[in-house]
Order: sequence, then structure tokens, then C-alpha cells
Amino acid sequence: MKYFFLDKSLYEIKDKVVSGERLGFEDGLALYKSNDLIGVGHLADYVRRKLHGKKAFYVYNQHLNFTNICLNRCLFCAFSRDDGGKDAFALSIDDVRSRLMERINEPVRELHVVGGLNPSLSFDYYIEVLNTIKEVRPDSTIKAFTAVEIDHIAKVGGLSIEETIAELKKAGLEMIPGGGAEVMSDRVRKKLFPRKIDSNRWLEIMEALHSTGLTSNATMLYGHIETLDERIDHLIKLRELQDKTGGFTAFIPLAFHSQNTRLSHLPGTTAFDDLKNIALARLMLDNFSHIKAYWVMIGERLAQVGLSFGADDLDGTIIEEKITHMAGAKSAKGLTRAQMEHLIFSAGFTPVERDSFYGKIG
Amino acid sequence: MLLLWIMINNMNSIIEKAASNERIHFTEALKLLNEAELLTLADLANKKRLNLNPEPVVTFVVDRNINYTNICISGCLFCAFYCPPGHADAYVISKKELKEKIKETLSLGGTQILLQGGLNPSLSLDYYIDLLKFIKDNFPVHIHGFSPPEIAFIAEKSSLSFEDTINKLIDAGLGSIPGGGAEILVDEIREKTSPNKCSVDQWLKVMKTAHNCGLRTTATMMFGHMEKPEHIIEHLMKIRNLQDNTGGFTAFIPWTFQPDNTRIKVEKATSVEYLRVLAVSRLFLDNIQNIQASWVTQGDKIAQVALVFGANDLGSTMIEENVVAAAGVKFRLPKEEMIRLIREAGYQAMQRDCFYNIIKT
Repeated sequence: MKYFFLDKSLYEIKDKVVSGERLGFEDGLALYKSNDLIGVGHLADYVRRKLHGKKAFYVYNQHLNFTNICLNRCLFCAFSRDDGGKDAFALSIDDVRSRLMERINEPVRELHVVGGLNPSLSFDYYIEVLNTIKEVRPDSTIKAFTAVEIDHIAKVGGLSIEETIAELKKAGLEMIPGGGAEVMSDRVRKKLFPRKIDSNRWLEIMEALHSTGLTSNATMLYGHIETLDERIDHLIKLRELQDKTGGFTAFIPLAFHSQNTRLSHLPGTTAFDDLKNIALARLMLDNFSHIKAYWVMIGERLAQVGLSFGADDLDGTIIEEKITHMAGAKSAKGLTRAQMEHLIFSAGFTPVERDSFYGKIG
Repeated sequence: MLLLWIMINNMNSIIEKAASNERIHFTEALKLLNEAELLTLADLANKKRLNLNPEPVVTFVVDRNINYTNICISGCLFCAFYCPPGHADAYVISKKELKEKIKETLSLGGTQILLQGGLNPSLSLDYYIDLLKFIKDNFPVHIHGFSPPEIAFIAEKSSLSFEDTINKLIDAGLGSIPGGGAEILVDEIREKTSPNKCSVDQWLKVMKTAHNCGLRTTATMMFGHMEKPEHIIEHLMKIRNLQDNTGGFTAFIPWTFQPDNTRIKVEKATSVEYLRVLAVSRLFLDNIQNIQASWVTQGDKIAQVALVFGANDLGSTMIEENVVAAAGVKFRLPKEEMIRLIREAGYQAMQRDCFYNIIKT
């Protein structure tokens, strides 16, 4: 790679990237601190192209948020409610069925199913949700319940994590989303999400899940009170587990939205930070196949640019995103397949509609 | 195989030429716009920007768009703002309202107003002169006003030359001319999108005359409607040629057509398409000092990214903006937020005046 970096500290990192040498903590810090956004982008794009060429993936999916009642009430969340609170809801199994039926004529490949930790939902409820989806949409992949929810479901069922995963798998679970990791820092956890499982537990559950042959995504919520050091620690923890299990499919940097949360005084993330998080993820997570530019959080316009900064996946068409929009996201609530393909194509990439496991559709 | 080699080699030599600060030509710019990788364009444009404006500074101006009338006989297909004469929503601004708007602008630290309006057949030269004098008599504010279609319209209505018209407006207080109404400076396209608006020759002649009369102006380009990539480069070429001649342009501002509520049905230009044109503009217009990012059409995120695609200025905080808003796009960017975006991107934010003099850091 012949390139003239404005930030001279990037040359050393470039040598490592080109020779395939793993980047360390200090490299990550230098990348985050660099003002040479195009230089950082070039490095990430180099890796992205080696892995995926000009392909850019997306999935035709549907989100299903079955309850917003949550015991955790994390400070950064605009979606959750206390039991009995205003707007609190929990979908019945019939509700779940009708949500699915509303879009039964669409070629939905993946159901993304997450909810709060609602103490009134039984273990059987979760099994029923999976059974219902399998019944209504036998050909779609069920990607459901973050590690945080798996922990909760296990407690509700009085089962071990392994037993819980085995039961859910039997009912149709094929993959789990990467949410709930937030930033793996005890300091941040104490301040923002003290009731949520800690990072060790999150990683433990992911490891248990991967050992059963199921895959998952991984995320990082950035742009609140975390430091750059904490972000890099987070990425390195994910990388270490991935070395062990190989079970992570994609990493998704999640830009924090503060509106309607108890952190509403914090400004939104800027585009530089959003693009750097995508690029950093691509460069640090050398054992992850896919990095997403999640258009719901950074807007479809910036997500498109993200394809040149290390991202190879624009996530899904979604149609009815709720969690981030309740926190003030200005992005569209859904994209059509044509809009998605236009974004990718006009960015100079080749759109590839995929299933949950990155198999090409059609 | 040989052909492939020539093609690749050709692109490489264009990139090298651009990187070594040589002037690039029509076909070279077209090839870059059509085929270069996004980050290659960014890299070239960013380095060109640093060559022309080496300080890590991004400027902005505090002002307000005042549209003195929305009555317009031009009827451009891309416009969602205008009203034909006699329409229920048609207006000409009152002096009272004008006064309040300027007062508020100054109290918010504003230094100038952008004064533009439709081609309103019931307004004569006297109206414009009175408007300027009224503002100047009451407020210490710079007036950036009347784009070339308005000047051409006023001149024709008064049977005066461009030169006489401009001189009369200068005498009444006009400080500079905005580069609007350029759209795409190719008559073949203008005939389709804005047949009643001044021609390419007239637009350029107004600007040339203004420059010769001592007025500085900006230049704009609205793309993403009916034009082809070669028309974009042709537009840049005409601006560059005039600038070689007069040196009167302070800045170039490309922005994308917003199709909502208009009579042109096209897919809105994407952010990557915008950034590509922005970068090529920075490279091609080697004789124009400043390139403005358009946060009004692109939003704050892409406007910030534009700072590494050749832009060194974020334009105006726009206390008020009506024309783009009428086409369905309502981004807001308060001054504090603009400063934060600039700083987070690693630049110093500085408020400037219309002539790009720093007035506040």
C-alpha cells in the first residue's frame, strides 16, 4: 500500500496492517487520537477490501421488541419502563403472532428479537415466542435475546446457562444479537448500568453459547462517559474471546443517542467519532469477519460513507426500529430493499443481500 | 490486457498529477469524478485544501437568510419555495419584519445578511435601492445580496446595463453578491430545469461585471437533478475560467438538489455522491481559495466529514433558512454545535466575515 499519511504515527501501524501483524492497545489509542481521518480510513479500507472486495452486505429483517418493561433501567436507555409505568407493554403470544403476520408477505430473512428484563414473563413465554416465530416464519432465522436476557431467562427458569441455551435452541433459536455489552468497564457499569450483568458474565454467556455451535454478534455502545482506553479494552476483550471460540459473526459499533434518557445533557456523537469507531473495529478486530455501519444510529447518509471506512455490512431494512428512535434518532425507521441497494451501489460497492450467516440470497 | 494497463496507468497518472498540484483538465476531472475511489478523492482534495489553506482552521459566518419576496416568475422545476404572483401565500417582506430580523441577527452575533428573493415583476429598481438604503441607514450590517438572476432581472426591467445596475446597488449599500442561481451552468440543462432563468452567459456576465465593479462574489452549483457528470465538470470549468480572468470569487459552494415538493422526480443524491463532487471541486478549482460544505443539504454529520473532502468552511449558521426547508430538509445547526463539530474534527473554529477575514476565534 503506497500512501502518504498526514499523521506520521500511522506509518508504523500501516506496516503492521500490511504484514498482518495484530495491533496492540497503543496502536488502537494512536488511531483513536489521530486527526488523520482519511489515513485511518485508508488502513481500515485496505483490510476491508482484502476480506470482502467490493461486496457490501445487508439483510431483509424485522425487529420485534416484545416488552419494554425492564428491571435494569440503565441510564442510557430511552426504551425501558418500570412495570406499571406509562407506556409499559409486554406482547402476548398472540400479539407476537400478529406482528409477524402484518408483514407475512415480505421476504423477511431474519427476526431480530430483543426486549427488557420483564419479571412477569415466564420461561415458557420465551420458548413460546420462539415456537411461534418458527411456526409463522419457518424459513427465517431467529436471532433473539442478548446475553443479558439469556442470563435473565436462565434465572427465571431456574436453569444453568448451558441448559437454558439448549432449551432455547431446541425451540428454534439460531443466533443471538450482540447487545448488552455496552462498554466492558466496571467504572462505566457502576455509573450507567449497575443492575446489568458485568462484562465477565457477558463474555461467559457468549462463550457458552458459542460452544454449542450457535453464533452471535458483538457490540459496543460508545459516545457517553467512556474513555478511549475503555473502548480499546473492550475491543481487545472481544478479540480474545473470538480467538477462543470463533463464534462472533459481526461487530457493530453503536453510537449513543441521549434524547429522552437520563443522560440527555450529553451531545450526540460526531461523524469523525462514528467513522473512527468503524475503522478501529475493522483494524483491531482482525479475527472478526464483518463490521457493520448501523444506519439506524449514525444515519443512512453516514453509514454509506462508513462502507469506505471499514464497514462491509449495512445491517437490515428493519422497517420499524424503536429503541434508538425513542432516544431521538433522526434516521429513517426503515429502508426498502431498493433504497438499501441504491445506497450501496452509489457508494461504489456491490450490494449482496444475505441471510443471518452471510450466505448470499438468490 | 494492454487496454486495461493503459486505463489503470491513465488513472494513476491523473492521481499523480493532482497530487503534485498541477492543474487538472476536463477529461481528467471527469475520470476522477466517475472512477476514482472515494478515499483517493478525499486524500487528494484534503491535501489540496492543506496546500491552499495550510492552517488547521475551519471558518464559518453568523448570518441569516432573508427572503424579501417569494413571488417569482421564473417557475424553476426544482424550486419548492416560490409562489406565482397573486398566490395566497405570496409575500413581500414588510420593513417592520425586516428590521426585527436584522436586529435579532445582530444580537446573536451576526455580521451579515443574505438577502435574496424571487423574480417579482411588481418590484422596480427603486424598491431594491430603497431596501438596501433602509438596511444600511438602520444597521451596521454587511449585505450579501441579489444573485445573478435577480441582478439580470432588475437590469432588464429597468433597461439598464448590468454595470449600471450593479453600481447603483453598490451605491445603495450592496456589499457582495451570492453565487446562487447558477444551478448547472449548461444551457441544455437550464432549458429543462429553469427555462425562464438567466442563461449561462448572463450569469457569468453578471459575475464578471460585479467583479470588475469591485464586488466579491461566491459561486454555487446545485447538482443531483437532470445533469450528467460531464455537465458538473463543465460548470466547474466555466467558474475556473472566469476566476482566472477576474479573481473575484471568494468561495465555491456545491450542494445537492432536494427533490421533495418539487416537479423533478429523481432519487436524492447520496452523501457519497455529494462528497465526490465536493472533492473534485476542490481539486479542479485551484484558483478559488475557499470551499464551503453544505450542512443545510447534507446534515451535520456529512458536513463534518466534508472537512476532509476539501471543504475549509462550514458556511453560515443560518439563523433562518426557508428555501431548502421548503423542499423538505430541515437540518438545524446552532453556532455552539458548529464549533463543537469543527473542534472534534481537530480544527480550530473561527468566525469570519463575508471576505473570509477572521473576526473571532
